[in-house]
Amino acid sequence: MPSFFLCALNPLFCNNRAMNEIERDKRREVLAPKLRKVVDGPHVLSLAEELKPYECDGLAAYRVVPLLVVLPGSTAEVQAVLRICHAEGIAVVARGAGTGLSGGALPNEDGILLSLARLNRIISIEPDNCCARVQPGVRNLAISEAAKPHGLYYAPDPSSQIACSIGGNVAENAGGVHCLKYGLTVNNLLSVEMITIEGERVTLGGGGLDGPGYDLLALITGSEGMLGVVVEVTVKLLPIPQRAQVALAAFDEVETAGQAVADIIAAGILPAGLEMMDNPSLRAAEDFVHAGYPTDAAAILLCEVDGGSEEVSEDIAKVRQRLLDSGASEVRTASNEAERARFWAGRKAAFPAVGRISPDYYCMDGTIPRKHLPRVLREIAQYSQESGLRVANVFHAGDGNLHPLILYDANNSGELELAEEVGGRILELCVEVGGTITGEHGVGLEKINQMCAQFPPEELQMFHDVKAVFDQKGLLNPGKAIPTLNRCAEFGAMHVKAGDLRFPHLERF
Amino acid sequence: MAEGDIAQALADQVRDAAERGQPLKLIGLNSKSFYGHAVEGEPLQLSGHSGILRYEPTELVLSARAGTPIPEIEAALAENGQMLTFEPPGFDHTASLGGAIASGLGGPRRPWGGAPRDQLLGMTLLDGRGRILHFGGEVMKNVAGYDLSRLMAGALGTLGALLEVSIKVLPAPTVERSLVLELSRERALHKMRELARQPAPLSAACHLDDRLHLRLSGNSASVAAWEKQIGGDAGDGEDFWQRLRNHRLRFFQSERPLWRLSLPPATPRLDCEHQVLTDWAGSQRWVYTSSGAVDIREEVAKVGGHAILFRHGDGKIPVFHPLDSVRERLHRGLKKTFDPEGILNPGRQYASI
Repeated sequence: MPSFFLCALNPLFCNNRAMNEIERDKRREVLAPKLRKVVDGPHVLSLAEELKPYECDGLAAYRVVPLLVVLPGSTAEVQAVLRICHAEGIAVVARGAGTGLSGGALPNEDGILLSLARLNRIISIEPDNCCARVQPGVRNLAISEAAKPHGLYYAPDPSSQIACSIGGNVAENAGGVHCLKYGLTVNNLLSVEMITIEGERVTLGGGGLDGPGYDLLALITGSEGMLGVVVEVTVKLLPIPQRAQVALAAFDEVETAGQAVADIIAAGILPAGLEMMDNPSLRAAEDFVHAGYPTDAAAILLCEVDGGSEEVSEDIAKVRQRLLDSGASEVRTASNEAERARFWAGRKAAFPAVGRISPDYYCMDGTIPRKHLPRVLREIAQYSQESGLRVANVFHAGDGNLHPLILYDANNSGELELAEEVGGRILELCVEVGGTITGEHGVGLEKINQMCAQFPPEELQMFHDVKAVFDQKGLLNPGKAIPTLNRCAEFGAMHVKAGDLRFPHLERF
Repeated sequence: MAEGDIAQALADQVRDAAERGQPLKLIGLNSKSFYGHAVEGEPLQLSGHSGILRYEPTELVLSARAGTPIPEIEAALAENGQMLTFEPPGFDHTASLGGAIASGLGGPRRPWGGAPRDQLLGMTLLDGRGRILHFGGEVMKNVAGYDLSRLMAGALGTLGALLEVSIKVLPAPTVERSLVLELSRERALHKMRELARQPAPLSAACHLDDRLHLRLSGNSASVAAWEKQIGGDAGDGEDFWQRLRNHRLRFFQSERPLWRLSLPPATPRLDCEHQVLTDWAGSQRWVYTSSGAVDIREEVAKVGGHAILFRHGDGKIPVFHPLDSVRERLHRGLKKTFDPEGILNPGRQYASI
């Protein structure tokens, strides 16, 4: 993507234009040897072809080549690198597996990209304490695999769990399909070891279920690499449920499906997973993996219960009856493990399935109070019609987290911008109905404008002040997650609603 | 102004106090006034800011003004077969929602149902300048901006006065059973850890005086199956757990200093654990001891835990576990950010904040 376009999206890029390529090369030449003194030479990357693979994360529409890539091999090396960056005023963007969807690990062109990929050791599994101590580069799924012989697992399961790293999960407070019952990353951590931008090591949380003083562990979780660099994570492990069972229900109306979700909750059932797919997404999934979904349904619900064997039998019977009472046109329960896996295969493959029917898609991540689902889906359909872009919806119905997938073709001039505009409108709609612009993907660079819709200036200023407590010089992941007030003023000017001008006291230019 | 809404008056009082540099002592329903160091300051009475604002059972979210009494909330939830999973204690009095969150204390269900911070979704608060700020929301998944509402949980009102709180609520189990097994402390700890590793529907596990008390919660099939498998005798039922939650067991009827140790649950008995009630399947230990504060804290820190002088301290020994220099600096920085004049509950948690 040309930089002038990035500049239009985010002034971060424009400011940095001030430093031209020659100056940047000079800076690279000065900095690289200093870093090579503290990190093994081959793990400081400086050649164009070495830097290129790090130019983006899972949000590939934004690309920036960093000044240098550094891959420390120990906590001491992370500390040494950060000390140098702090002394020299170099920006640091930390990166885990690079699967993030909001551009949180997008490099800074005048800063270093700090990859934690080499810190990939499982330090210990402590079955008696039901916890695992791991380095940040360990993959989410690898923790559960290592814990399995002890009958334990790590609950949060973002769809990228095969690849995403636990350090990235902490940075984004990653969720998954089991959040209603088992919580997010923040609910499944015991402690982290963090390195401050000054290079000091600090423990947040504790060996028990709480730590002394303020809950800095909660503050750091989901802070998108803006407050420190996590070098070790202790996660809670849970007993693997004896059994899980899933029901698949088809509905003729999206509204009926939404009501069925409320009815299940009202019946006192706490499903392990409760997922909804609308017709475009379920058809795409069915074409892709042949999960056996009823393609004429307006929406399907997948409701999974887990626990003890007897418990699951009792609950799944209740779920089935509720779904029928709520007006499902059809309810199937998986008769064996293979069928259960097939029911889920469609849902889990929903994003790539949509990828097959469109050259590009843009994945949104709003959360809404569940009761507003019918209205939100109606308005999304309206935006889709107005823009001419198709939208498929996947919904973590249990916790209200909605993922509209906006289908577009980047080769058609203007379609990406149109998709972003539709996405922005959807997120503002989520805020309007009492929800939030991001449930689990993070703000990153992607949703920085919508932050202005979600938070008034005083709250945004508080975020900046908290950032300054941890990072006075603003070197950690600069320009991400929290918009400047001036940026919001400009964004607000573009989005004046019914004469209601936000941030009226700020200068505009 | 709606009945029970005194937010503006409270904001005025804080603003005025900030201008005068006048410390404020935050008071909800005053059930935990013993907890932490004494605060010298003008009272900021928060209990008048009361009432449930929004509660739709099928959304599993409840929003209430912070002065709302916990029993009022629990009654509203019970009518709909739901509950607060963190079982906030009120001790000898009635707790308020704001106090429950600000103290961060959880009851016997804590290891399985989470702490107040785990169920917290969002809040409106008054900062030390008297500004009304809103963080988080009323939805379960929300990663927009730093999680400043969770930062308030356990901060004992030193960063803000809570005005409104939104929490996640969950269906109450259909069946609960209490069991008692006659076991020594050592064998009981082993048993608790063994059960914690299995998919048993545990919702409390506590050892006292050679008796292991267990609570099972779930649907009827699950509880019956595990009741049979675990064995033991029927316990005193919910009454025991309520007395444990509110420290009304005989164990707590003492004027001696009561320590709370937070530890990795499988930690074997420490030297300082002279007389001990083991809760949370080993993670939380209530201790009377003749060991000195420094020794206790050293021993506890060695295994990765921390120690709070929960009750009956002499006012000189720090109540809360001392912070290392980095954490101390971050605490002071955050205090300065939220409360630049240092007027909100100064010194209640640590002398410097």
